[in-house]
Amino acid sequence: MSMTISLADPLVRLVLALVGIFAFVALNGLVLVYVERKVAGFCQRRPGPLHVGPQGLLQPLVDALKLVGKQLLTPAKGDRILFWAAPLLAFLPVALCFLPLPFDASLKAIEINLGLVLILAFSGVNVIALCLAGWGSGNKWGILGAARAVAQSVAYEVPLLLSVLAVAFMSGSLDLFVITESQGAWPWQWYAMKNPLAFLIFIICAVAETNRAPFDLPEAESELTAGFHTEYSGMGFGLFFLAEYANMIVVSGVAAALFLGGYQGPVASGIWWFLAKLYAVLLLIIWLRWTYPRVRFDQLLNLSWKRLTPVALLVLAGTAVAVRLGG
Amino acid sequence: MAPQDPSLAPQLGGIAPTVVNVEPALVNMSPVQRIVDVCRAMSIWPMTFGLACCAIEMMAVGMARFDIARFGAEVFRPSPRQSDLMIVAGTVNRKMAPAVVRLYEQMPAPKWVMALGNCAISGGPFKCPGQYAVVEGVDTLIPVDIYVPGCPPRPEALLEGLFQLQHKISGRRWWPVAKGAPVGKAEVA
Repeated sequence: MSMTISLADPLVRLVLALVGIFAFVALNGLVLVYVERKVAGFCQRRPGPLHVGPQGLLQPLVDALKLVGKQLLTPAKGDRILFWAAPLLAFLPVALCFLPLPFDASLKAIEINLGLVLILAFSGVNVIALCLAGWGSGNKWGILGAARAVAQSVAYEVPLLLSVLAVAFMSGSLDLFVITESQGAWPWQWYAMKNPLAFLIFIICAVAETNRAPFDLPEAESELTAGFHTEYSGMGFGLFFLAEYANMIVVSGVAAALFLGGYQGPVASGIWWFLAKLYAVLLLIIWLRWTYPRVRFDQLLNLSWKRLTPVALLVLAGTAVAVRLGG
Repeated sequence: MAPQDPSLAPQLGGIAPTVVNVEPALVNMSPVQRIVDVCRAMSIWPMTFGLACCAIEMMAVGMARFDIARFGAEVFRPSPRQSDLMIVAGTVNRKMAPAVVRLYEQMPAPKWVMALGNCAISGGPFKCPGQYAVVEGVDTLIPVDIYVPGCPPRPEALLEGLFQLQHKISGRRWWPVAKGAPVGKAEVA
């Protein structure tokens, strides 16, 4: 009756991967809060967090402990169960999205040849969480924010899928490892260089999908107080924040794998190349947030339906023709 | 805190007065409590909430020259549910008073209030016999932790108010005091 625990067992690997992923997400959440506030400071010609710990390094930790110690309130008019299910639902699918990410050639949590589909499917669950949060709050700002989140998510998933599909055409696979391997180590072999329009559309849609400025309409504070998370205090709000950063890491990881050659580099291919590319994309997203003002809601939807979607369709058709002609 | 003026209490359906029952702790948690206190002092998120011209100084304190972000307090939250500090920056009208009280009650504990400028402290230049519009001191409505005088106070004064609040929360002065500055000792609860 002895059970042997070995690394070959898929269940053991899954549990190990989940623990690793949660540690990775929490640690990155702390780092990203610090980076975000520092970058915000530098964009506005001020130092940002400076005195709490050396160079303000303890700031995110202190913030997290404070949020844990804050009173939790449930609105009387809201739906108690939906209200508290929403932050968990926002955070949990993110963990699944990490499973198929190709951190390194041998570093994989699960063997799956549809990794891309898995990520796209579960990243859509996030918007349900935002919807539940807005509805469960019983708050007009919350409901308006949730409605915006749904409209935005539907609008931007279409060009996102089309741009990803172009990469799938070029590599002939939906497995993130195969897609990574089909690109070379040098920048001119990456799909970002071979198909720059698809990369541009992907980045714009990724920013919109993660509800980051300039597309942070669901939580537009000048119009909607705080949007879908208006009624959340303490760690309820903290979990939404963590989920937003985790989503950012996922889309940056997907961008690195699909368009930037993943873990391959000119010298010494490995996980450090993947992480370097991931953080470069993250920095770009943070930089965008502190550079551009928020768009209006009609501008947001017009950009998606009238510009990005037709262009993405053309790019897809062009890619298909090029792949066919090129062999 | 001065006794509450019943004529200024929020009306229209009425908010039930907050009843706070604090039970004595079962275990001695004072070291943990001290760490949590320091964390709270170093991460004071103010509410985006300005009533009059003092709010201009409050905006200046977040900008490049004074940069309240250095002390971790630049996260101005638009929702009272996520904020720790209410900076009453400006004149409180009688018409505004119920909204101020409601916002205060919407904030989750622990929460603090800073009265910024003479109007919020005592009615300031609007305090005169026969005036009917201005609440003479926001502390007649809600408990105030820190008073920052000035008309309006300079951003440095607001920063000093923040330091005094940090002193009050954590029981320690964290930042050096300028030479010759008439800085009073914060009342430590």
